[in-house]
Amino acid sequence: MLIKSQTEIAGHEITDRKVFESRRQFIKAATALSASALLPNQVQAEPGKYANVAASPYSIAVATTDREDVISYTNYYEFSTNKQDSTLLAKGLTTSPWSVEVLGETEKPGVYHLEDILKDNPVEERIYRFRCVEAWSMVVPWIGFPLGEMLKKLKPTSKAKFVQFTTLYNPDIMVGQRSHVLEWPYVEGLRMDEAMHPLTILATGMYGDTLPNQNGAPLRLIVPWKYGFKSIKAIVKIEFTETMPATAWNKSAPGEYGFYANVNPEVSHPRWSQSRERVLGSSLFTPKRATEKFNGYGEQVAGLYSAMDLTKFF
Amino acid sequence: MRLNKQHWSVIKLLVFTLGLLPFFELLFDGINDQLGANPIETLHFGFGDWALRFLCIGLALTPIKIIAGQSWPVRFRRMMGLFAFFYASLHLLVYVVLDLSLSWTALIDEVPKSPYILAGLVTYLLLLPLALTSTQSMQKRFGRYWLVLHRLVYVAAVTALVHYFWLVKKDYTQPLIYAAVMTMLLAVRIYKFYQKQMRPVKTRSPGLRQKKTTNNEISR
Ligand code: HEM
Repeated sequence: MLIKSQTEIAGHEITDRKVFESRRQFIKAATALSASALLPNQVQAEPGKYANVAASPYSIAVATTDREDVISYTNYYEFSTNKQDSTLLAKGLTTSPWSVEVLGETEKPGVYHLEDILKDNPVEERIYRFRCVEAWSMVVPWIGFPLGEMLKKLKPTSKAKFVQFTTLYNPDIMVGQRSHVLEWPYVEGLRMDEAMHPLTILATGMYGDTLPNQNGAPLRLIVPWKYGFKSIKAIVKIEFTETMPATAWNKSAPGEYGFYANVNPEVSHPRWSQSRERVLGSSLFTPKRATEKFNGYGEQVAGLYSAMDLTKFF
Repeated sequence: MRLNKQHWSVIKLLVFTLGLLPFFELLFDGINDQLGANPIETLHFGFGDWALRFLCIGLALTPIKIIAGQSWPVRFRRMMGLFAFFYASLHLLVYVVLDLSLSWTALIDEVPKSPYILAGLVTYLLLLPLALTSTQSMQKRFGRYWLVLHRLVYVAAVTALVHYFWLVKKDYTQPLIYAAVMTMLLAVRIYKFYQKQMRPVKTRSPGLRQKKTTNNEISR
């Protein structure tokens, strides 16, 4: 590969910056005209399903991570504990048709088709920073709708204090579920006020298109001020509960992963520091970024935890 | 066919080249931007994995000698040990230069919070004197203490495993495989050791044995 590219690109062939930029503009225009078939390197033949979705003011004004990085580096233990293997194995999952069972403390229990959910809940683009508990982060333009809006329509009863989410259980396809790394199916949960917070979304897409399987298709949670493992993938069940749900990572290592899992540089994981994060897509010599409390969303969410000792409720 | 000195130097050169392949693979992947979404992690884990693999290979040579009854594997012991040290040094270098970006504040923050990093450091400090005393002249200078010193490699094997078990988030498959391999390699030695302990009684010349018996009888 190296030898080939060296012989193919002679010095005079390296694109002049101006030419490059004008070409880029041409490419942009061409894509807008959906003439993308002309471009050999364009992976998608058509603009994505959500190409024209409006950006939400909740987005942060930060350059997004390369899509290629986001789709090839996923923690999805249902398939594999290896980030690259899980990406490949997840391709085998069928995500349509898809339905979500709603149960528990609600006036409207039932099985809802994903299409119907999406008809009732218009999507928007939310550019959020995503911080993994493993001390790396990326910036992703999610496509989704506020979870709270959907929950309101489901009319939770006064007993509903928590919302519990469950991932699909299908060890035939989700081969990672055949091993006992975690207790299956994967369960996550939020306190009612966290679930109703406008920053919390259910995502169905990213980068202007539907979610790739490895990124949690067809429906996943995104809670941007919490570590990534809270943002459960491939949701099939939403249950309103009176008591705090027993969540997957918390059950597996209660001393290391709490129910709240708020991003917090001051509270380190028992085995590693959370003060800094490796930003995916940065150069080899870029230092790690200082992690922000609540992943930078403190202004909006710190109030939810004002009466709590965050070192105890980590 | 009996291999002469020249044959062995060619074979050694081949093995040496093989040992450098993982290094060049990662280097070329780096130059070609093929290290994936988290290139520092790819380099760091890659070098750590190869340090551990060469440690295993180095520790496998004596058991192979014992089982195969041939002495040639032992000729590669020094090279394998030095490769383990080489990859461990790169692993450390990536950590300090790329991961910590040479920042003292980052170092002081991260290391005390990560017991597994301390275990890695201990492993490295155990391998360091072995690498430094690996030359023939050093071997001569240390005399019979050289072997005693180089038994530190068993301690390093254990601390390397501790390092790995401690850093894993949840899936212990990889460190368990290495632990199984290491256990087998150490078991062969322990077995051999006990066999040796018993053998002298059987193999000593009858005269010696008789003498000993007499001594015993006298002392009784
Ligand atoms: C010099 C001191 C050392 C330091 C500071 C160090 C540090 C680290 C760190 C920070 C990680 C990554 C953990 C993570 O991000 O999850 C790691 C992984 C690892 N280290 Fe070390 N280490 C050291 C020495 C060693 C030595 C001597 C060996 C082997 C003989 C070794 C073998 C490994 C292995 C096998 C991994 C895991 C790679 C993987 O998961 O594929 N390390 N080390």
